[in-house]
Amino acid sequence: MSIQSARKDLILMVVFIAAVLTMPIWLAPVGASYPDLLQKFAIFGIFAIGFNILFGLTGYLSFGHAAFLGVGSYAAVWSFKLLTMNVIPAIIFGTVLAGIFAVLIGFVSLRRSGIYFSILTLAFAQMSYNMAYSVLTPVTNGETGLQLEQSDPRIFDAAATGSGLPSTELFGMKMSGYPGFYFCAVLLILAFFVSLRIFRSPFGMKLAAIKSNQVRMSYTGFNTRPYLLVAFVISGMYAGLAGSLLAATDPLAGAERMQWTASGEVVLMTILGGLGTLIGPLLGAGLIKYFENIFSAYNEQVLHEIFSFLPQFMENFMVFIVNPFVGEGWHLTLGALFMIIVIFLPGGIMEGFAKIAAWFKKRGNKSDDDDAAAPAKAQTSEG
Amino acid sequence: MDAIFIQILNGLDKGAAYALIALGLTLAFGTLGIVNFAHGALFMLGAFCAVSMQKLLTISNKVRDTSITFFEAYKEVPYLELWWGDFGTTIIEWSVPISILMAIPVMILVGIAMERGLIRHFYKRTHAEQILVTFGLAIVIQEVVKHFFGANPMPQEIPGFVSGSAPVGTFFGLSDALVYPWWRLIYFLFAASIIGGVFMFLQYTTYGMVVRAGMADRDTVGLLGINIQRRFTIVFALAAVVAGLAGVMYTPILPPDYHMGMEFLVLSFVVVVVGGMGSLPGAVAAGFLLGILESFSSMNEIKSLLPGIDQIIIYLIAVVIILVRPRGLMGRKGVMES
Amino acid sequence: MSESENIVLNVSGVNKTFGGLQALSDINLKIKEGETHAIIGPNGAGKSTMLNVCVGRLVPDSGSVMFGDVPLTGKTPYEINQVGVARVFQTPEIFPELTLLQNVIVPALAKRDGNFKFNAFKPLSAEKELIEEAEHVLEDLGLEDQRHDISASMSRGDKRRLELAMCLIQHPKLLLLDEPTAGMARHDTNRTIEILKRIKSRGMTKVIIEHDMHVVFSLADHISVLAQGAIIADGKPDDVRGNPKVQEAYLGGAHL
Repeated sequence: MSIQSARKDLILMVVFIAAVLTMPIWLAPVGASYPDLLQKFAIFGIFAIGFNILFGLTGYLSFGHAAFLGVGSYAAVWSFKLLTMNVIPAIIFGTVLAGIFAVLIGFVSLRRSGIYFSILTLAFAQMSYNMAYSVLTPVTNGETGLQLEQSDPRIFDAAATGSGLPSTELFGMKMSGYPGFYFCAVLLILAFFVSLRIFRSPFGMKLAAIKSNQVRMSYTGFNTRPYLLVAFVISGMYAGLAGSLLAATDPLAGAERMQWTASGEVVLMTILGGLGTLIGPLLGAGLIKYFENIFSAYNEQVLHEIFSFLPQFMENFMVFIVNPFVGEGWHLTLGALFMIIVIFLPGGIMEGFAKIAAWFKKRGNKSDDDDAAAPAKAQTSEG
Repeated sequence: MDAIFIQILNGLDKGAAYALIALGLTLAFGTLGIVNFAHGALFMLGAFCAVSMQKLLTISNKVRDTSITFFEAYKEVPYLELWWGDFGTTIIEWSVPISILMAIPVMILVGIAMERGLIRHFYKRTHAEQILVTFGLAIVIQEVVKHFFGANPMPQEIPGFVSGSAPVGTFFGLSDALVYPWWRLIYFLFAASIIGGVFMFLQYTTYGMVVRAGMADRDTVGLLGINIQRRFTIVFALAAVVAGLAGVMYTPILPPDYHMGMEFLVLSFVVVVVGGMGSLPGAVAAGFLLGILESFSSMNEIKSLLPGIDQIIIYLIAVVIILVRPRGLMGRKGVMES
Repeated sequence: MSESENIVLNVSGVNKTFGGLQALSDINLKIKEGETHAIIGPNGAGKSTMLNVCVGRLVPDSGSVMFGDVPLTGKTPYEINQVGVARVFQTPEIFPELTLLQNVIVPALAKRDGNFKFNAFKPLSAEKELIEEAEHVLEDLGLEDQRHDISASMSRGDKRRLELAMCLIQHPKLLLLDEPTAGMARHDTNRTIEILKRIKSRGMTKVIIEHDMHVVFSLADHISVLAQGAIIADGKPDDVRGNPKVQEAYLGGAHL
């Protein structure tokens, strides 16, 4: 999107790779370094990065991206059932099939913009969800969800039948635990790299221009629809990849993955972190999955322990206040967070960072009094 | 003939609920320019007014159960029955209609609070931001309700003398076997009278005139020196009351749970789009139309022809309408067509 | 009008009605290559409708608009831009969230890439020529100092000049300007006139819709006067100035 030096991007990429691969280490102090959660960070990070390519760059708010997540999961599980437990074909199938779905849905939905687009995508996602529960039961196994079975053909693994259900693997390496995380992490890095390239490319610039002013865009000689469709399909494929990774780390798929709540969640991740920024969506995804994990584990007793340093009546009062927001009430926190972010910080955490940085810069400039302020201002606004 | 007739009837009550919710959505969108994703939550709040009323009326005391004589047994008997006997029992039976009295002031307050506290600050912001913030609010409302009432559906009673089925077949000179629950018939009539009331309000009161003028051209009405702010609040409260009453009366048909609002909201949005964004008659017509079509598509003959069609018919129609006639069935030309 | 000169835009027999209102009736215009053609007329005369018909925003009820030998009627705005027609709007249509430089680069990309190209892997920063050209155009219009600023924060006059820059970088064969100086301060207006004169010396054909007679008479080679949807006068500036019909159209209303 912006015109930045290649060197800066290289540094960003190196820092990013290092940060992702060392996640098990630096997340240990906050108790988030166990593989299941790390996998979720990476997978939903991919989902949010992809969603951001659509919503962040073009401004088209899709409320049905969970459909692609679901399609990716179903495709991957079918690959495990029919072909092999190797995850490579599974994620390829998941991504490609989600891409095909995105072409179909996008082609229709992108004929409209604004709230019509949002409602169309929502309608398609609900349609997929309802069909997964009803007519498509032979494919989706309805309410139970699609699972592995002993009797699955698995034509490429036929020789290696043991007792019990096989587990997903990458050339013999089991895809649970840390290996599973590193597999997701590598794909996250790849996904981030592609997103970075798109952001910095002429293509990304054109998408940003579509978001900014579609009228001018068409009078400038662009046919906006193919651009939007490509962006939609790319972000759909990201969702498909994320969905197939969910299945790769835990081989089952259910229709609830396609529900509008799941679509809403990725919207929240993206705006919480910072819509249209590179890192923001990833931050948002990480934070939401982290707090989901922590908050849902709390209950009244844990809260009493936490606030036990307070006098008795204060302790009870705090527990009374906080209790509805934790455990089962995690969604309440999520909804409240959603509102707070949209009301007070529409640019998300990244905007918050930028504001803080600008404040410090301003204080610094007062004492230094140099004229470095102008280019610095341009750079923060580009990030 | 009978089969078709009964499907139309079956579609009416659901269609009436869609129409009422869509009516409120359209009022809010047409006058205030707000895309309100929390409107379904208002419907759900209305339904929980009925639940609260029932809980209130059945506050009970433990009394000695005299039918058991071997040991001291107690049973819970509502105070109303203790005080007034059979009359008390009747009141409890009538809790759903009675809760309308409670729902009206509650929904007005909720509507005013919502408009003053949140919606007002989003008039000037993008539709995407309006969608996001009201979506967040919808989650908050539904989770709060879940916190207090739990996650299970809460069946509501129908007053005794309308609990059976109406012999609609004989009304229209068709087969005697053609019957239809009284309550659903009542729901339809109730919805029709609310819709009529809203239209009368818009047609014959000065308030209504301003609202209609505002729907046609918001900027100009603002220039006329009319206190738009206050009227907006009232319009929003009206939309909230309509949604709430739709919810109250729907409880005996569908036991309310905390997430019923979102399901109805998604469908009602589709209804609004089909009817035409900003068109009140369009919203009502599309609500009934889609309700009836949905009921037709769930006939076995049709399902065997097109499996699963009943699950997606409404969305399918919306997609076709948006593509073929973006302004909707009765929308004005040029309004939100892009 | 001698036929030997190249006709860039040929509007013939265009009619357009809105509801019952005849917005344009039987408009015939021939715009010659390299000329600056002004369309003037009182409010509601149909000037903007005229321009919208030329760029594909409106489809005329009858008649045709030919650009060289390409018919423009029925084409979408982006197709019309691709054949070489650029437009400056009455209220500037720019990309408010982008920097000035980015604002100018986007149309340059359109010129180079055509109406669709998926170039998502080569970074924009590697497009040295494009950036240089964009900086050059900004410099040409005196906007180079602000090139890294977000364009939303500019003054209205600067926004108009930016929009002009966005059109100029495409080297259009025909530039349509809808009141390029409306709402500008006098010194900004003069500056714009200077710029437009400079472009003229490069041989770009322009159609200007304008209220400000000072602007019209300092720039136009040819003037068409529109009143109530019809052309009532057409000719060299001096001929039009003396035309009694024009004076009536402009002043008649005031005396009623």
